[in-house]
Amino acid sequence: MSANRIDQTFQKLKAAGETALIPFLTVGDPDITTSIEIIKEIEAAGAHIVELGVPYSDPLADGPVIQRASSRALVHKITILDCIQVAKEAREQGVQLPFILFTYYNPILQLGVERFFQLLADNDISGMIIPDLPVEEDAHVRELAVKANIHLIPLVAPTSQDRIERIVRNAGGFIYCVSSLGVTGVRSSFHEGIEQFINQVKQATSLPVAVGFGISTNEQFRMFSKLCDGVVVGSAIVRKIEEELSNLQSPTTRQAALLQIQDFVRQLKA
Amino acid sequence: MNQVPDQNGRFGDFGGRFVPETLMNALLELEEAYYKYTQDPEFIAELNYLLKQYSGRETPLYYAERLSSHLGGAKVYLKREDLNHTGAHKINNTIAQALLAKRMGKKKVIAETGAGQHGVATATVAALLGLECKVFMGEEDTKRQQLNVFRMKLLGSEVIPVTSGSRTLKDAGNEALRYWVSNVQDTFYILGSVVGPHPYPMMVRDFQRIIGDEARAQILEAEGRLPDAVVAAIGGGSNAMGIFYPFVQDEGVRLVGCEAAGKGVDTAFHAATMTKGTKGVFQGSMSYLLQDEYGQVIEAHSISAGLDYPGVGPEHSYLKDTGRAEYVPITDMEALEALQLLCRTEGIIPALESAHAIAQVVKLAPTMDQDQIIVVSLSGRGDKDVESIMKYLGGDAHVSESN
Repeated sequence: MSANRIDQTFQKLKAAGETALIPFLTVGDPDITTSIEIIKEIEAAGAHIVELGVPYSDPLADGPVIQRASSRALVHKITILDCIQVAKEAREQGVQLPFILFTYYNPILQLGVERFFQLLADNDISGMIIPDLPVEEDAHVRELAVKANIHLIPLVAPTSQDRIERIVRNAGGFIYCVSSLGVTGVRSSFHEGIEQFINQVKQATSLPVAVGFGISTNEQFRMFSKLCDGVVVGSAIVRKIEEELSNLQSPTTRQAALLQIQDFVRQLKA
Repeated sequence: MNQVPDQNGRFGDFGGRFVPETLMNALLELEEAYYKYTQDPEFIAELNYLLKQYSGRETPLYYAERLSSHLGGAKVYLKREDLNHTGAHKINNTIAQALLAKRMGKKKVIAETGAGQHGVATATVAALLGLECKVFMGEEDTKRQQLNVFRMKLLGSEVIPVTSGSRTLKDAGNEALRYWVSNVQDTFYILGSVVGPHPYPMMVRDFQRIIGDEARAQILEAEGRLPDAVVAAIGGGSNAMGIFYPFVQDEGVRLVGCEAAGKGVDTAFHAATMTKGTKGVFQGSMSYLLQDEYGQVIEAHSISAGLDYPGVGPEHSYLKDTGRAEYVPITDMEALEALQLLCRTEGIIPALESAHAIAQVVKLAPTMDQDQIIVVSLSGRGDKDVESIMKYLGGDAHVSESN
């Protein structure tokens, strides 16, 4: 079985003493072609892994920014298959970043869990995050994930407490620590005791530990870089894409808008 | 039948806990508190006191003689949940959950609401018990149900209009869950139906089973035997689950749930989850669901805001798949007809939700013998709907083909 790109990336970063920058975008916002272009910009900006968000009608773990992006994508009826296709095309166009599919559970269920894993394997997608699939419900998915060497990356929350051990025990790839109580979205403050929480997770696992939810600035990125191995930036990038929407859709301003997005991602880790 | 749900909150394939990790400990704590306090004689005594002295239980089981003779078949009994304080069965559950919140030391409660009945019932008990209350309501529904919005405010609650998605009940539910994720440490979520993640479907069923427990004892007293059929409207399914549950072991009793067919199950405008839905995960549990082939949830439609929901409680899906209960679609027009019939034969204006159950009785009773019995859950009164009924009937209070 071939090595998983996520593992390879964290090994390299560890050797170099660097922290992974893990941007998120909602696929299909504003359209498929632009999503592929944005993924290339994200790679050019020096990001290390990219999360591809599958738009969903009822994204209950997401705040307003990603809800709006989902709605925009769903106007064009973007499906989970389209999202997988985007990964495939981005790879064909030379993108080397590991891909993580971020999707609610129901689209996977309707596709069929076995078929879903076959598609991930066929299209070089290295991991998945399923925000509404807690460890109590993930046995079947986890079994297939282990078999396929595609990582099911678990979320751990500040409220997880004595559940942390159980969650990390069978995890793959890395552990995703939720920075605060609440849904995704830019915020200026994080859960008090966040350092202690991240340290608790680090002690429980030998896997890399990343943090996400609400991180939007270079300053925050640097703060969390000291605490953990990876930082996820979601809503801030989706909001940046939202700001550039009209520019992205006009041929004369499109290139400049894409560069704006690249620049925004680069600034995060500068 | 096996005891359901199992320890993972599963009713066969259905149920479970499909929620963000942030909520998991809160759900486990809630489950623990539920088991602890529902065994606690003081909790039970306080709950029973409020159900009796505050809400007016037990509610009557009323023999609708004129309706029965008009239909010319089975004897129809109405379980009068409309006579509860706040006018519907919803308060059975909100009193119990609010007492539980208090025992757990939570001073803030939240709720989702569609028609506003659960919101009003929650605002009411929040006032009664001195809890701070926020109610999430789709913006579309706040327009359709302005009086209920004002009622909640009058009772001291904050009403938060939800502007995401279709701006109706499902979005109010999403937003309540999102708020709960952010405020889980000091907030209790009073969920209004037998939906959502475990333990809610079980807990709400158990807090609503008083409807069926009373009805079963009352019909035995009145007729000396069990009914042939129990009929109830179903959106999420709390009044139906409440009245069905005590009859589940009585195999001779047909259990009939009436879901909203809106403009027809072959149109795009219905809420017929059992007739047209497929298995999926929605708002925390596995159940039947109105969705497209890629798992996107489809918006529901019903004349009744309380049934306008694309999901259904997981235990109902279990009862459907095991064949223990049957579920039938009732259109907006059939519900409106039945509503008018009950007004004119019995002097009772039912809620639009409950009118769906009456509409099924209109179909069922004439096919049965005169010594057979139907018990129907009259889950709420129609005062809240009078204005919208007036609009539907174009101001003419006698639009009816059977007139």
